[in-house]
Amino acid sequence: MTALLETRGLTAFYGDFQALFGVDITLARGETVAIIGANGAGKTTLMRAITGVLRSARDQILHAGTGIGHLPADTIMKRGIAMVPEGRRLFPSLTVEENLLIGAQHKGGRDLGDRIDSLFARLTGGPDPAAMAGDHDGSGHWSLETVYDLFPILRERRRSPGTALSGGQQQMVAIGRALMSNPDILLCDEISLGLAPVVIRDIYAALPRIRETGASVIIVEQDIGQALAVADRVYCMMEGRVTLEGRPDTISRDDIHAAYFGAAA
Amino acid sequence: MIGLDTLVQGVLLGGLYALFAAGLSLVFGIMRLVNLAHGDLIVFGAYLILVVVSVLGVNPFLAALVAAPVMFALGWLLQKVVLNRTLGDDILPPLLVTFGLSVVIQNALLESFSADSQRISMGALETASVDLGPVTVGVLPLITFASAVLVIVGLNQLFYRTAIGRAFRATSDDQVTASLMGIRPDRVFATATAVAMLVVTIAALYLGTRANFDPSAGPARLIYAFEAVIIGGLGSLWGTLAGGIIIGVAQTVGAAINPEWQILAGHIAFLLVLLVKPRGLFPQGGGR
Repeated sequence: MTALLETRGLTAFYGDFQALFGVDITLARGETVAIIGANGAGKTTLMRAITGVLRSARDQILHAGTGIGHLPADTIMKRGIAMVPEGRRLFPSLTVEENLLIGAQHKGGRDLGDRIDSLFARLTGGPDPAAMAGDHDGSGHWSLETVYDLFPILRERRRSPGTALSGGQQQMVAIGRALMSNPDILLCDEISLGLAPVVIRDIYAALPRIRETGASVIIVEQDIGQALAVADRVYCMMEGRVTLEGRPDTISRDDIHAAYFGAAA
Repeated sequence: MIGLDTLVQGVLLGGLYALFAAGLSLVFGIMRLVNLAHGDLIVFGAYLILVVVSVLGVNPFLAALVAAPVMFALGWLLQKVVLNRTLGDDILPPLLVTFGLSVVIQNALLESFSADSQRISMGALETASVDLGPVTVGVLPLITFASAVLVIVGLNQLFYRTAIGRAFRATSDDQVTASLMGIRPDRVFATATAVAMLVVTIAALYLGTRANFDPSAGPARLIYAFEAVIIGGLGSLWGTLAGGIIIGVAQTVGAAINPEWQILAGHIAFLLVLLVKPRGLFPQGGGR
């Protein structure tokens, strides 16, 4: 069976600096996968590559069997891959509600702008990313109402500037914003970073309800315990490579320790 | 004696300067692009309206309506094909490219229309005036000012009430995260410049009907526009209107004292505001 998302020998570079060395991961439909690793292991780079912020070769990233490594971020999002970026990255000029709405604004389908772009691409012989946006139509369970049901505090704060909220509330906005496009795949980068344990618990409590709607999830975590608790499978990364893969119940603490910090443990 | 009349004329003149400045403010606010060809684009728009008036024989307002979609499309293409390639961390390429564009436009207009100064005729409207109690004001300056207010209101509605405006603000905040939301920054920028060119068309209409213009008239308009934008605070549209009014009032007051002081007084007002409030009257955001 074709994986929903797969990377094959994925490499990534920042200028001359190579950050990923042949990373292979897979995500099956309905699965939750955690990626753990220390700072600088390449976790966020992997997310940036999958979402198209960092471009890679076409067939290094496959979405339902189609090569998407070469596509720009907006096209990948329209295919149904949404991102909760590290550090929340809310738009300071937008209110909470506007931050949520912008997640749904450019869901699938070809609008006038796409048509103009396609025409333009034909005239200039350039690439036409709009043609690769696939048939994800952005409809589904998630709307302003259902996001507010998931995180009721956001309903009260919906007129506030997004960045006026506490860290945990901002994280809820960032998750809600990604859900608004009704993604098939939700990527969560370090959603517990810098938050108090009680807040982290609240945020992770939303995860089962997100999975119920059919989304497959990749979670990037430094908190190993949290990752093992929610994931079906775990990858550990170190220095741009996958050093361990397994199910939480089958891998030992020693394995993780070795994969996380290096063999000298 | 500086009377109420001088002040009112100055405020109305400020409307014209705000129109010159609004497009510049819009483009700078969204993509941090300083368009040195902005004044020349206004002059280009004035010639376009002039051509439409003389070819179709319609009145200038109708001609501006015909010119607007052409300017919109030109703005979209200009941003998509040329200016998007200059955006980045380095502020020098957009300055160089738009400076070059300014030279190209001026010389193309010189080749096509000669250096003779032109004027778009409004007929009886040019001299019409209304009596507002203590002051009498020209109808055309009044329409200009009303247009400026409408443009600012319209742009604010676009910014804060529509999905396009939301995309403008989000992209201005953070391009990378905006693209993660399915927004294409290059397309948002092309749309923004296209909208700015609609404002340029309106500015061109009043530039061409209120005074003479020639191919080299652009850079002086750019200076007024710059001063209005900076007085108001970068990125604030209402601030831009306020900035235009301050320059307009300073110029008419200066001219009332001594006709030679008109232009100088505007520049001095600009420097004084900068001295007191270096970031303008209504600065936006945390000084990105």
